[in-house]
Amino acid sequence: MEALIAVVVGILTACGVYLSLRGRTFPVVLGLTLLSYAVNLFLFVMGRLTIGQPPIIREGASYADPLPQALVLTAIVISFGMTAFVVILSLRARAELKNDHVDGEEPGQ
Amino acid sequence: MSHLIILPLLLPLLTGIVLLLLRGSAMPLHKPISLAATLGLVAVAVMLLLQVGDGQIEVYLLGNWSAPFGIVLAADRLAAVMVLVTALLGTGVLLHRAPFDGHTGSLFHVLFQMQLFGLNGAFLTGDLFNLFVFFEVLLIASYGLLLLGGGRDRTRAGLHYVVLNLVGSTLFLFAVGSLYGVLGTLNMADMAVRLAELPESDLGVVRTAGLLLFAVFALKAALAPLHLWLPGAYGFTSAPVAAMFAIMTKVGAYAILRVYSLLFGPDSGPAAGLLDPWLVPLALLTVAAGTAGMLASRQLSQQAACLVVVSAGTLLTAFGLGGTTAVAAGLYYLAHTTFAAAALFLLTDVISRARGALADQLVTGPDLPRGQLLAGVFMLIAIAVSGLPPLSGFIGKWLILQSSIDNPWMAWVLGVLLLTSLLGVVGLARSGSQLFFDTDASVEAGPATRLSNLTAPLFLLLLGIALVMYAGPLYEFSRAAAAQLLHPSAYVEAVLQAAEAGSVR
Repeated sequence: MEALIAVVVGILTACGVYLSLRGRTFPVVLGLTLLSYAVNLFLFVMGRLTIGQPPIIREGASYADPLPQALVLTAIVISFGMTAFVVILSLRARAELKNDHVDGEEPGQ
Repeated sequence: MSHLIILPLLLPLLTGIVLLLLRGSAMPLHKPISLAATLGLVAVAVMLLLQVGDGQIEVYLLGNWSAPFGIVLAADRLAAVMVLVTALLGTGVLLHRAPFDGHTGSLFHVLFQMQLFGLNGAFLTGDLFNLFVFFEVLLIASYGLLLLGGGRDRTRAGLHYVVLNLVGSTLFLFAVGSLYGVLGTLNMADMAVRLAELPESDLGVVRTAGLLLFAVFALKAALAPLHLWLPGAYGFTSAPVAAMFAIMTKVGAYAILRVYSLLFGPDSGPAAGLLDPWLVPLALLTVAAGTAGMLASRQLSQQAACLVVVSAGTLLTAFGLGGTTAVAAGLYYLAHTTFAAAALFLLTDVISRARGALADQLVTGPDLPRGQLLAGVFMLIAIAVSGLPPLSGFIGKWLILQSSIDNPWMAWVLGVLLLTSLLGVVGLARSGSQLFFDTDASVEAGPATRLSNLTAPLFLLLLGIALVMYAGPLYEFSRAAAAQLLHPSAYVEAVLQAAEAGSVR
């Protein structure tokens, strides 16, 4: 299971990096979203993978670490808000610069 | 445990909320409220500084949860100084003519207070994840501030700034996650303790995460090769925002100093000295790159932005050299360069309005009404920025150069800093003569500068002069702050024992 999650995080990160290096704003936004998915998954797994355990410390019983879940929640909220913001910003850049290239001008012009 | 330490967070947060509620009001209340709150923040920062000035470390347990489990705020000398510098800078910026009026103007003050909230939080937090959260708060406020007003160049630069910082935030989370996975804690003091007893097999992860964090902080601090976003972002935004951003690169430098003195400092066990091979060469490269950009600038605001890159490089050179003397010199330089860079941005705004349609482009311009006055103030600020005697830049640079003696990097530091200082003087002298002497009477000038418009640059310049007048005691204080920072055992002890010291009242 750890190996599968690690591979998934790796693939998400690779796709995110590739897309955020593209020249148009829409793929860049998608890339940022994929990167935030990757990091959310990564943070979540940092509390170790446990199944069916309560997030409470009790004597003698094993437990699921609750802290990464709280961290992930914070990270999700922030990245969700920022994705919304960057979408609006891209639309505004599209309107002001008359094209959707990240540098504001079509290459070769 | 006193509640004083949380006031620098609550005051701007509550002010921001009140200003948000007043958004629709017709009366121009926003500026007076914002300015009064920022002045209050100065008073709070001074009180905090007096409280921690004797070397005591103030720890505040949020919700009274004990230290490694709950979130802590911790104020030592360094954090208190950073809060004070931020508050003074904020006052200076608010004294300037408001950049926007009406609805946009009220948004400016809301975002401005939120920016102060994020900055103070980042300086005072003792928790790595909270550092991330406060970085996000100050960044989100800065996105809004940067983009206020709109326009082609500003939107394009803003898009780059936002995307880069979002990638930076992702990397920050990766680093925090890895450190938590290995160390099992996010409290920086607790991390320092656990790191010292870490098994050899886990060190690789910690080193990787440490360097990842360094990349994030280097992006915020505009360390080469991650500095390329800065001239666009600072050069194309409105002047008060650019002036306020003078502290933003210092947040990155502060984070490097805080995290690396605690986790990877000289006596922190197996992962010590993680940054030693990187910081000084990259910082010197930053200085060189910033100077090249400054000489090539065709606008005064671009030139000022490149000077921010130079100052970030100089600051990180001092921090990279390590040792009490160098870090103390860096702290003195930090206060100076924040005020000087902000003064230059604000003066650029005054000059570009006096020049009318040409704004701050470095081309043949109109005869400026009150040109001699503007030229005089420009010269004073240029002297401070470029580090000529008798103003504070000279003392800061001299202290840094002196602290590099006997260091293996001495030849490089002396060579690069002295040469770039000379080139800085040349660049600013060229701009000054272009703006004030290369004039053509047939070009139409803007409205005459009113004396009140110079209040803010002069206020910041006065702060710089105060830095010179009280250089002795201030440097002694910087030394004490640096010594406290470089021997973090007292900090660690204060944070971890705060739980036992009893609850709030």
